[in-house]
Amino acid sequence: MSKDNEILEELTSKEYEHGWSVDYETDEAPIGLNENIIRWISSKKEEPKWLLDWRLKAFEQWSKMEEPTWANVQYPKVDLQSLRFYSAPKQKSKPKSISDVDPELLKIYERLGISLNEQKRLQGVAVDVVLDSVSVGTTFKETLSKLGVIFCSFSEAVKEHPELVKKYLGSVVPATDNYYAALNAAVFSDGSFCYIPKGVRCPMELSTYFRINAANTGQFERTLIVAEDQSYVSYLEGCTAPQRDENQLHAAVVEIYAAENAEVKYSTVQNWYPGDKNGKGGIYNFVTKRGICAGDNSKISWTQVETGSAVTWKYPSCILKGNNSIGEFYSVAVTNNFQQADTGTKMIHIGKNTRSRIVSKGISAGKSQNSYRGQVQVMKRASNARNFSQCDSLLMGDKCGAHTFPYIDIQNSSAKVEHEATTSKIGEDQIFYCNQRGISSEDAVALIVNGYAKEVLNQLPMEFAVEAQKLLALTLEGSVG
Amino acid sequence: MLSIKNLHAAIEGSPILNGINLEIKPGEVHAIMGPNGSGKSTLASVLAGREEYEVTEGSVTFKGKDILELSPEDRAREGVFLAFQYPVEIPGVSSTNFLRTAVNQVREYRGESPLDAVKFLSLMKEKMKLVEIDQKLLSRALNEGFSGGEKKKNEIFQMAMLEPSLSILDETDSGLDIDALKVVANGVNQLKSKDNATIVVTHYQRLLDYIVPDYVHVLYKGKIVKSGTKELALELEAKGYDWIKDELSGATV
Repeated sequence: MSKDNEILEELTSKEYEHGWSVDYETDEAPIGLNENIIRWISSKKEEPKWLLDWRLKAFEQWSKMEEPTWANVQYPKVDLQSLRFYSAPKQKSKPKSISDVDPELLKIYERLGISLNEQKRLQGVAVDVVLDSVSVGTTFKETLSKLGVIFCSFSEAVKEHPELVKKYLGSVVPATDNYYAALNAAVFSDGSFCYIPKGVRCPMELSTYFRINAANTGQFERTLIVAEDQSYVSYLEGCTAPQRDENQLHAAVVEIYAAENAEVKYSTVQNWYPGDKNGKGGIYNFVTKRGICAGDNSKISWTQVETGSAVTWKYPSCILKGNNSIGEFYSVAVTNNFQQADTGTKMIHIGKNTRSRIVSKGISAGKSQNSYRGQVQVMKRASNARNFSQCDSLLMGDKCGAHTFPYIDIQNSSAKVEHEATTSKIGEDQIFYCNQRGISSEDAVALIVNGYAKEVLNQLPMEFAVEAQKLLALTLEGSVG
Repeated sequence: MLSIKNLHAAIEGSPILNGINLEIKPGEVHAIMGPNGSGKSTLASVLAGREEYEVTEGSVTFKGKDILELSPEDRAREGVFLAFQYPVEIPGVSSTNFLRTAVNQVREYRGESPLDAVKFLSLMKEKMKLVEIDQKLLSRALNEGFSGGEKKKNEIFQMAMLEPSLSILDETDSGLDIDALKVVANGVNQLKSKDNATIVVTHYQRLLDYIVPDYVHVLYKGKIVKSGTKELALELEAKGYDWIKDELSGATV
């Protein structure tokens, strides 16, 4: 026992790897939130009037909304008036390509292991990077544009492709959908935009990398992905933040639109700063992600590996509107120390023969709380809808908690809905068994956890699956007590 | 090879082993028998380094090293292998993946380079024949949904892969039908050499028909109370353990 505890102590005290910050000149909005701040952001971004109006309407609605309290998380109320809603690295002129981006900023990403240099890029992955509030650069633009694929920052899309943005912005997550989505709609600063034209199979992974650097700044980005008929895209997002004593707010919105026969695969490896081992600091991650399978035979698949954040509140969902459309949700959520996660999905079956699959793997260690919250809804017209849900929880130690909140609402008697759930514990017996075969305790935990999460990790693109495995091991190593 | 001197061990303060003395030389097979609760499995666990057990007195030297000072994984890497009475399940981790991790960590400890996938697989194929284990079983999650016989075969297969110098079989015969018992015993016998030693912990004489011991020790109340050759096992089978208990209580009257 005592030895196990020593290993636990040693490993859980491992510092967050990306906890550094960098000084650079920034262009910042004044602190606080009011209509003028929204006008300030909009004018800073030289936005058209329709977008400012959209923001202001969202703000007006938001002002009447209450912060939701139904999630199984506890945290002191965020004082929005003390936050800065816009912070951008100062660049002398707008970069036209990656080579124009300030080398200091590129260094930040080099340090994170993301090379934006197209010569040394990750093979076959196009990357858009968002630092604090704005996108600093997108790689592979030309290669993609030959196919008609648009992959750029949100601000750029507003300028270059206003008709597309106007058509789809808020079409999946309305501006006033919920408290955080409305806040995002009012103050969002940047994000990624991705458009795959009809019949195009995007030849490379598209990836956005989010980094919060500035202190006391909220990050509110929006991602909009539109996949036209018969198209396919695989999209990945990654996130890190510096280690700070105060909590930082991240309230993003992701919208996915899939037309007939289109397929979108969205993978997230979330590694926001989780706070220190006493629960101080860390990111509040309040995110709304939703996709609509608008066309027949379309498919949206969410895969998430959640290892970071102090508090996570996130339910990537699918509206299965097209007949025969498919929604999938694969999730591994790890919490350690004082982290709290309330995460899951919603599958809303509207079309006929729609199918959904939910595989959720929660891992709780330390004094953390990990909740799965999921809703399966089958509407009246959705005949022959099928859902399969599996929610597993793995506990490490005896001070953490795992909770499952499944909601099922069936209005069509032909629906078939299955729900399976298990709870297990990494036993000292398992660790000892591995030890007895010559495997160290750290490697034993990594082996067991990766085995447990395998079904989800297998969904990730290869190179990210390896990263995710390492991240899981790093978050949890030795947390068996 | 193994020298146990005056070994005392306790769990949560209550003593289980009360002064074990045992010398084992390379090439020997020792059987440890005894009634339920006599401390047989405790002895196996203490040798392997299970942390719940506290060694309160005595010493254990293995190949000249004080193994009580070593972590369980280092004992394994030094060549101590425990075939578990109840092998644990590890969902999602294939036996192959598990063993590759184990074999390579042991090799690293011994200063050898890790085996690549090709070499590892050919080693596996060679050892699989020893215990007549099906390759399909090895691609499944470790011990998950395995039958009792499959689990025990898998233990012996792991033993074959890790090539220990001291193998401790903890009630490997429990839950085995006669056919599986023969297969397991046959595997153990093939692995026997003049350089390695085996401790067979068992309740019944049956296994000893197939794995023939050089010495038989009877454990009672945490002490070895009688030692002999394989004939002692037959005597125990015929008379049960009571005569030893009677003999002991008679001696103290």
